[in-house]
Amino acid sequence: MTDSDVFVGSAARAPIRLLDESGSPVVGEQAAGFGMPSAELLLKMYRQMVLVRRFDVQVTTLTRQGRLATYAPALGQEACEIAGVEALAPQDWLFPSHRDTVAMLARGIPPQGALAFFRGEWHSDFDPKQYRVAPLTVPLATHLLHAVGLATAAKLKGDPVVSLGFLGDGATSEGDAHEAFNFATTWQSPTVFVIQNNQYAISVPLARQSHLAHFVDRAAGYGMPGYLVDGNDAAAMYAVISSAVERAREGGGPTLIEGVTYRVEAHTNSDDPTRYRTAAEVDAWRARDPLTRLERYLRAAGELDDELAERFALEAEDLAARTRELMNTEPVLDPLELFDHVYAAERPAMAEQRALLERELTDTQAGAQR
Amino acid sequence: MTLIDENPAAVASAPARTKPVTMAAALGAALRDAMAEDPDVVVFGEDIGTLGGVFRVTDGLAAQFGDGRVWDSPAAESGIVGTAIGMAEYGLRPVVEMQFDAFSYPAFQQITSHLAKMGSRTKGRMRLPVVVRIPCAGGIGGIEHHSDSSEAYWAATPGLTVVMPSNPTDAYSMLREAIACDDPVIFMEPKSRYWMSEQIDLPVHSLPMTRARVARIGTDVTLIAYGSGVKVALDAAEAAAEEELSIEVVDLRSLSPFDDETVCASVRKTGRAAVIHEAAGFGGFGAEVAARVTERAFFSLEAPILRITGFDIPFPAPKLEQYNLPNVERVLAALDTWEW
Ligand SMILES: Cc1ncc(C[n+]2csc(CCOP(=O)(O)OP(=O)(O)O)c2C)c(N)n1
Ligand SMILES: [Mg+2]
Repeated sequence: MTDSDVFVGSAARAPIRLLDESGSPVVGEQAAGFGMPSAELLLKMYRQMVLVRRFDVQVTTLTRQGRLATYAPALGQEACEIAGVEALAPQDWLFPSHRDTVAMLARGIPPQGALAFFRGEWHSDFDPKQYRVAPLTVPLATHLLHAVGLATAAKLKGDPVVSLGFLGDGATSEGDAHEAFNFATTWQSPTVFVIQNNQYAISVPLARQSHLAHFVDRAAGYGMPGYLVDGNDAAAMYAVISSAVERAREGGGPTLIEGVTYRVEAHTNSDDPTRYRTAAEVDAWRARDPLTRLERYLRAAGELDDELAERFALEAEDLAARTRELMNTEPVLDPLELFDHVYAAERPAMAEQRALLERELTDTQAGAQR
Repeated sequence: MTLIDENPAAVASAPARTKPVTMAAALGAALRDAMAEDPDVVVFGEDIGTLGGVFRVTDGLAAQFGDGRVWDSPAAESGIVGTAIGMAEYGLRPVVEMQFDAFSYPAFQQITSHLAKMGSRTKGRMRLPVVVRIPCAGGIGGIEHHSDSSEAYWAATPGLTVVMPSNPTDAYSMLREAIACDDPVIFMEPKSRYWMSEQIDLPVHSLPMTRARVARIGTDVTLIAYGSGVKVALDAAEAAAEEELSIEVVDLRSLSPFDDETVCASVRKTGRAAVIHEAAGFGGFGAEVAARVTERAFFSLEAPILRITGFDIPFPAPKLEQYNLPNVERVLAALDTWEW
């Protein structure tokens, strides 16, 4: 296989931007008619980004120390993650993928619930209905269909609920992504799909994933609007996602959004990115950091000073400390709970097998005491 | 054997004015009654709206309940099950149709990785009351991909409830129960039984869907079957009766959970057991049945448990399917191998 030039119908172009890399406001064509979000909102997002970045770095460290089974870091993708969460109303639903733990955290799920999956405690441990967040989904793109189904159900019931599904550049190749896009447009489901194009699917680069310059060029083929956005520009990501959310809520159907960003960290702790990308490439993207960009804008606008920045940093340290403490304490797990939730209905086999494990546990305890 | 199979449960509760009801019609009536009772029940799938389904099971539902309750979906099975999952997450009770058995395979990932696991994954906080209806098995002259038996895949997946009625009474009663169930149910419909009719007066209530039913009482052998195999077993029992061999037939109805109690009680009484199914024998559901009965009733067994199944071959073309499907002769010949 060779990497071919992209399809002529998908020309490479500049993404929508509201802040340039130095943090200065962008006006004119590249803003594509989107207005700058309020300073208050941007400051709120900045704080969230500072918090989740510190959390993400902390969890990556804890994973290296063996405290978590694995973790998929979102370092460098905070603008996409936080913009997606901030654009949602309380009644809306978030459908996270494997890299979106920080979005779950930003949606209000406490660290224990957000990390139970990667810590290996349970496959999910928070109440999805309380936070309107589906369990983090690993089988690529499968959760997008759930997002479409849920939003369609809400529409059928007459509730103004929007669903937002995150997916990666690799996940766009899955059949379920296609089915989700097609069902969403055919049913006009109030769903927003946000592709976080972080340039890699583990080790596989974009040219091995698609013949398009931009995944979002598929949108018209499904019959929905598509927006190519600078995924490291929190202001642009928020403006585009929130307008899509409001369009969906008003009956305008789904939208496909592609945020162009970069996975600064390894895929997970077990990955070795030096095998497939250069340090120079990573450094170039580090220089386009989404936090730095927003910080520059907020400081220039007089919204952020050293004192406030210090306060956010302290809050972030506090979150990191709480996360460390939580992860350094062995969770108390009840192996017998394994049988308790498999079925809502009673099942003799569950009771029998639970009793068997209970006997084994009692015997082990008795053996340990002897 | 009469055209109308006898169903003790139905006969017992049948009022005076009964009429012939096919299994397809009984299933349709169950959907209609469930939808009338519960506004959260929605039905969608390929061709199930205007056309009424390729087997006409959903005939008339779209006209009666309208587009918001019954609708034709795009032709994509993963999408059908995946969106049903999302709808259930929001509180609906979707009943979806896989047009034919082998066309459920695109939905395999959604069924096994999500539908089956969500309840356990969320510690019971998010249950998925979804019914996946799958017309299954052969015997109708179907071209390739229209006659598969996939029950072993589903039954091997923890988190799923897998049931298969063999007659109109059970079809109605079990489908109502499946829709009311808070767990996901794989509801398998043996296509060759769609046009079988019984004199019944709907609504009917038979045994709970998770229980097996003794479909014919006997003393010498227990034939364990489900779906289309039940008719074969009953026909074999009828034929064997002429040879003074008394066969008891157990209709499993539910593959998961498995009704060990009813099955083993019968085998303890007769001392001999054989399992019948259309699916290939190797790794088939019959192996699970044989293992369970052996574990629980070994000392009551006078002979090894037999499996009378489809061959270990891809399901044949229409003109050859008769050689693959278990029939009365193959069942009786198998019982003869015991050398009584
Ligand atoms: C159906 C499926 N196939 C394979 C995998 C293994 N896998 C996990 S992440 C990943 C790459 C995903 O890339 P992308 O969608 O770009 O998301 P990213 O990890 O970059 O955020 C793969 C192949 C999976 N999780 N699901
Ligand atoms: Mg990627």
